This record gives sequence, C-alpha cells and structure tokens, in this order.
Amino acid sequence: MSRSLPLRLAVALNGAGWHPAAWREPTARPADLFTAGYWTDLVREAEHGLLDFVTIEDALGMQSSRADGPDERTDQVRGRLDAVQIAARIAPLTRHVGLIPTATVTHTEPFHVAKAIATLDYVSAGRAGWQVQVSELPHESAHFGRRVVETGPRGVQDLLDEAADYVEVVRRLWDSWEDDAEIRDAATGRFIDRDKLHYIGFTGRWFSVQGPSITPRPPQGQPPVGAPAATGLAARAGADVVFTTPRDTDDVRDIVGDQSAPHVFADLVVVLDGDAQAARAHRRRLDDVDGAGFPPDAAVFAGTPGELADRLLRWHAAGLTGVRLLPARLPADLRAISRGLVPELQTRGAFRHRYEATTLRGLLGLPRPANRYAEDSVA
Amino acid sequence: MPKQIHLAVHFPGVNNTTVWSDPRSGSHIEFASFVRLAQTAERAKFDFFFLAEGLRLREQGGQIYDLDVVGRPDTFTVLSALAAVTDRLGLTGTINSTFNEPYEVARQFASLDHLSGGRAGWNVVTSWDAFTGENFRRGGFLAESDRYSRAARFLAAAGVLFDSWPDGAVVADRDRGVFLADGRAGAFAHRDEHFDIAGRFTVPRSPQGRPVILQAGDSDAGREFAAATADAIFSRHSRREAGQAFYADVKRRLATYGRDRDELLVLPAATFVLGDTDADAGERAAVIRRQQISGQTAIKLLEQLWNRDLSGYDPDGPLPEIDPDVSTEHIARGRASVRMHRDPVATAREWRARAEAGKLSIRELVIEVSGRQTFVGSPRTVADQIDDLVQCDAADGFILVPHVVPDGLDEFADTVVPLLQERGVFRTEYTGPTLRDHLGLRRPAATRAVPTG
Ligand SMILES: Cc1cc2nc3c(=O)[nH]c(=O)nc-3n(C[C@H](O)[C@H](O)[C@H](O)COP(=O)(O)O)c2cc1C
Repeated sequence: MSRSLPLRLAVALNGAGWHPAAWREPTARPADLFTAGYWTDLVREAEHGLLDFVTIEDALGMQSSRADGPDERTDQVRGRLDAVQIAARIAPLTRHVGLIPTATVTHTEPFHVAKAIATLDYVSAGRAGWQVQVSELPHESAHFGRRVVETGPRGVQDLLDEAADYVEVVRRLWDSWEDDAEIRDAATGRFIDRDKLHYIGFTGRWFSVQGPSITPRPPQGQPPVGAPAATGLAARAGADVVFTTPRDTDDVRDIVGDQSAPHVFADLVVVLDGDAQAARAHRRRLDDVDGAGFPPDAAVFAGTPGELADRLLRWHAAGLTGVRLLPARLPADLRAISRGLVPELQTRGAFRHRYEATTLRGLLGLPRPANRYAEDSVA
Repeated sequence: MPKQIHLAVHFPGVNNTTVWSDPRSGSHIEFASFVRLAQTAERAKFDFFFLAEGLRLREQGGQIYDLDVVGRPDTFTVLSALAAVTDRLGLTGTINSTFNEPYEVARQFASLDHLSGGRAGWNVVTSWDAFTGENFRRGGFLAESDRYSRAARFLAAAGVLFDSWPDGAVVADRDRGVFLADGRAGAFAHRDEHFDIAGRFTVPRSPQGRPVILQAGDSDAGREFAAATADAIFSRHSRREAGQAFYADVKRRLATYGRDRDELLVLPAATFVLGDTDADAGERAAVIRRQQISGQTAIKLLEQLWNRDLSGYDPDGPLPEIDPDVSTEHIARGRASVRMHRDPVATAREWRARAEAGKLSIRELVIEVSGRQTFVGSPRTVADQIDDLVQCDAADGFILVPHVVPDGLDEFADTVVPLLQERGVFRTEYTGPTLRDHLGLRRPAATRAVPTG
C-alpha cells in the first residue's frame, strides 16, 4: 500500500555531520557551529532540495566517545546549542521545510516543552514537529541533581513509561485550547470563551499537570511527534513518525510490519560522491583520521547518489514511507543529497518537483486532527 | 552632557490595559505581530524588546479570567525567532526561577545569546504560588520566604555554567586536529542549599559572556537581590517622587556589593498616549481609560479588593456597602497584584469615601484608582516628561507598554523619538552589536572556578 505513497525524504542535522572526523573535512565550517548563519545555510540547503523535514539533534549532555560519560578529547566536536531555539531561529528564514528539533523529556517539564513546540509552530506557520528523546545517562542526571535515574532494565522501563506520560501531557496541552477559543466579543467584554479552554488534569507517577496551556492551540493542531522505534517509545507514545535502523531490504520488511505509526522512516548514514570509488575513499579517510573507527547506530552507505536512489527505492517498495539521511559530513553530504540525490529521484518520478503543502502535516499527508476536548463537548 | 535615555518596548501580555477591542488591535499570538512590534522598536533604535511571562491562566471566582487578553507564546522560542528578523535590538524575556532548573535555563539563554549575536536578556522572576505549581513537577512547595533565596542560588548556578567555557575554548583548527583548547571545557560543579549539580555544560561562552539580567520584584528582598545581581530593574515606579525615591534606594544598595551606580539601570514600565496637542491627548487618554475599564472589568477589579462575588452590582451604580472578605482564600488566583492590597478593609473604606465625595459610580471609581497612562500629551510634552524624569534621576529610561499591538509604538517612534534625538539624549544609531553595548554595560570576565577531580 505504501508503494503508492510518494517517498518522503528528511535529513538529520548534527554538528559538523555524523562522522566524528567530519569537522576536519576541507568543506566543513567547524568555527561556525555555534552561529545562526551555519544552521540557516544548512536548512536552506535542505529546503532547496525540497526535503520534507530536518531533524536537529540535541542532548542534555556533552558528546562523547564513551558510553558512560563525557570524555576529555580535544580532537572532536564538543558542545552544541539548544535545538528548539536553532529551529526557531531558522523558521522565519525558510518557508516550506519541516523543522523537528529534539527535546529531551527526562528532567524537563512537559508544560515548557508543550508551549515551546506550539510556539515553534506559530513562528514557522505550521512546520513544527518534535523529536522525543529520553536521557538515561547518570552524568546528565547530575546536571539537574534532583534524581538518580536507575540504570538497568527497570530503570529504562521507568524512563519510557515517564516519556509516554510526558508525550500524552504535551498532546493534551496542545488541545487544551479549542481552535476558536478566542472570540473578542466586545458586547460581553470577553476576549476568550472559557468553555473552550480545558483543564487537562493529568495525574501520573512522575508528574501531574493541570493546564490549560498558556499558548493557544498551534496552527497544525498537533505538531507531528517523532521517536525511535528501538526502545518501543514510538509505539507507546503513538508517534506520527517512527525512525528505524534497517540493515537491508529484508530487515525493512520485518520492521515495517511491526510499526503502527503513519510514517516509518529508515535512518541511514551517508557519504556521497558522484564517483563511487571516491565516496568509499572519503569514508576510509574519515575513519582513518578518527582512528577509533565509527560505529553509528544506523547503517552506513558510501556511494553515488544514483546508487543511493536505487537503495531508497527498494526500501520504499518494501514498505517504508520515508528515509532520514544522516549526512556523515556537513555541508558536503547534504549538498550531495539536495543537488545529486533529489534530481536523481525526480528523474525517476519518485520525488516531488515543488512543495505541495505549506505545513509539515500537509507534506506528510497527515490531516489536521480534531481537538479531543471539542469532541467531548459535542458528545 | 545630559544623561542618555534607555528605551525598551514590552509586548503587552496578560493585563487589562490592552485595548483588544480597538479595530487596530491585531493578533497577540501570530508571529507577525511580534515581528511588527520588534521591527518598529529597532527602527526607533530602542535598546530592547521585552516579554513578560505567566505560567498559569488566571482565575477569578473559580473560573478562567476571560476579559483580558489570554494566551502567550513561549519566551525562548519567540525571542530566537525574532533574532532572525532583527539585527541589533536586545531580546529580553521573563523566565521564572521557581519552575525551572539552572542547567536548562542557562543552556537556553546561552543559546539565545549565540543565535542573536549577543542580544539576550533575562528578567528573573520568582513567582512561587502553588496554583502555578500545579502545572509543574516541582509543584508549589516553595515557601514565599525561600523564593529569593532560590532565585539568588539559581542565578549563581547559572553564572557558573555561563562561565564554564573560557573565551577562546573553541579552536576548530582542522589541520592540527584540535577542536577544543581544553578537553574539560564546560566542566562545572555547584552546590548550595538549593542545588547540587556537576558535569559538563554544552554551550561555549556566549557573545555577551552572560545575558543581561533584569529583575522585577519590588519588596525589600527583591531590591536587595537586584542590587546584588541585576544589570537593570524593571520597576513600577514611573512617577517623579516615587521614582526618585525608588531610584535613590536601589542605587544606594549597590555599594554593599562593591558595585558602581551605573552598573544597575532603573527602567520603570510606562504607558503613553499621544495627540496633536496636549488637550487632544488628554481626550484620547480618557477614551482609552474607559475602554480599558469596561463595566465588567470594573466589577472584576473591585472583586479583587473585596474578595467577594460582586456580579450582582451595577457598574454604573454605587460601591458595595459590605466590607471585603478577609477570612477566605483569595477569589483571584495567578495574579501578583492582589497582594498589593495590604489592608483591604481600610482601602475599601477609602474608596467608598472617595466615590461618595466625587459622586462616582463603581466604574468611574475604578478608572480613578487603577493605574493610569504615564505620559499623556503632544509629542513635545511627552519628550519633555521623559527627559525630565531621566535627568532628575527618577529613572534611567523606560520600558514602554503600548495599549494596542502590533502598531501601537509607531506614533511614538515617528514623533517622540526624533525629538529626543534632537536634544542629544537618545541615540541616532546603535554604537555596538550587543545589548550590553546599548545599555553601557561591560562584558563580564569569566570568573572561572574549574572543579577539580
Ligand atoms: C514591573 C514588573 C513586572 C513583572 N513581570 C512579571 C512577569 O512577567 N512574570 C512574573 O511571573 N512575575 C512578574 N513580576 C513579579 C515579580 O517577579 C515578583 O514575583 C513580584 O513582584 C513579587 O516580588 P516582590 O515581593 O519582590 O515584589 C513583575 C513585577 C514587576 C514589578
């Protein structure tokens, strides 16, 4: 069935690229990573390529080569800016591409995140989404000093339970204003119809939130929520977009069958060049510079845009609705996507020639959802 | 050389002074309104744009308060977006120290400062009430007496984080393969009675070093907090005598902390009504006052003092004979101003006497006693008043609150600002890129204490 749907294409933006040695490439801009101009140029490039959305990666702790805490390396990119603010900073300078920043749910407040993403939806005129992330790392807990996150399976289960509650609260807050709550009725002197504002009255194990939000319902009603498939969070939270990490086409078939989300995207790290040999040489060079090697969660593809198009179309035929490409090198591999891969897909009739919608939900073919509370009041 | 005036604009939040029924009144939530007001302020060379914050919708009599503008965006998100459509204007926002954590807020302000090229400012407020707490994990546990102690420690902890990367830590030398000068950049540890945090901060030192700190409390504790830590005070004392007294008081407190008089600016909130002549402006001001205090609003404001349901009273009739109810929980929730009525019974008697003497209805009385326009007159009169208040040390400048958005600042920008510029008391061009530059504040040196171990 998904064969008939057009292929969706996204990129994940992270520092100088996903390869730890990417910042040393001749085309990299490592001194600009903390400037607005750097991010603006990247997202405009993605928009030039008519991509559905960009995700902007983030975390509450420092990047590290170790699993158990920060390292003290000086030879890799360390540090990053808040992803929601990067997205907001870019929003007025772009018009079509979806903006999906990461916001962590462990240690933060659902009330704050709900209004931040709703506001991103306002400043982008309906292009906001949210990538949900949990933090199980003890050193990130120490940044807040309020609770020790239990490690091991039970601790992880707790974090995921909490995350699912969190997403539910955010979604209720987005609906806590009906769309037509602002009435400006001069005759009665009322700015709003308070019967169209709703207490969400959520009480759970980790927090309770009364509501309503201070921010009116965002333009999309519910900005799309994205989450990784791996932990089961996407399913628990009812994500609109689930990110998976298939190795090959068989893997894709298995994965797709397990997902209930409207959109199943595959993550794929890419090193691209018009010449296949050169692409593989880039990858080797990056690994050599880095020394330690590069073990990403997702599969790595090194080759030409044409070869990549072949792979993506096979995966699409196997049931994926979209692919999120993780450029190993920024901006080099992003440019290869927008100026190499996209024309290739267009030639094969597999990708859009112009943006057909102004909102992220529109691009993803998701209808604007009814407000859960408005339905209640009708019933 | 006369003192130079500082001017800022406040995007009006939730209040009864916004005349939303005016045909020129636009959206309070669409981004275009924020862009419009900010760009007007920048065109007029204002120091900064200001956003207030409230984290729970107000209630009165157990119901959401529906007569004023309701609804506002997230502070950080709007300010970051405004950084894209302005170039020099400072971008300051209110962020509460009770319902946030230092690591997260420091990260957000440092990010905003980077993304705006050094234009971030933080109005630290301390609301603590359990009512607002019902929207947050921490709940409402914080006792009133602890809120400034948490605010002070919060700011101290944020300062540690802001300073955790030395200037120049990002080397980004790709040939030598050195990204960081020091592999422990961002290492921090801070411990006090409110916070016990340690680790690595992820944001390099920002263009201003630290955002500009504003403070908006009025109590003794609030003034002391401002004298110790703030770069500017957002005050509510905009009249000559009260302003001078407040000004002298907070400037005097600075010495205790080893600070100079010009390290803390006093910026009262102010409203304005302009007209071709003073008489025109006076008439417009009277019309606006009636728009701001409708009959319904008059009753609701009266209820806030009486602490009773007064919905049965006629706003065009006399004041209630009964006294305020001081026995119960307050009828209005989520509002700082209700605590201004220290002795409601005495105030009610005073209002009643005043209404009888002047033969004033409820609505007329409320119009009389509730806040009024600060500056009313022709552009020349208003320019004179502003300049006078600054030169006589009642203020260092003003945070202007238009009563209509988004174009409620246009007239001021077009008529009053040129007059102030003519007299040489207001800039004609920005002299530097950062908010600290506009305010004449130094970029603080990083007082870095690298944790060991
Ligand atoms: C001019 C002014 C503006 C204020 N703006 C806000 C605001 O936007 N949000 C908020 O929560 N509190 C705001 N406050 C409240 C103060 O932060 C503080 O909580 C309140 O004044 C009580 O503190 P105090 O006892 O020191 O006066 C404001 C206060 C003043 C005087």
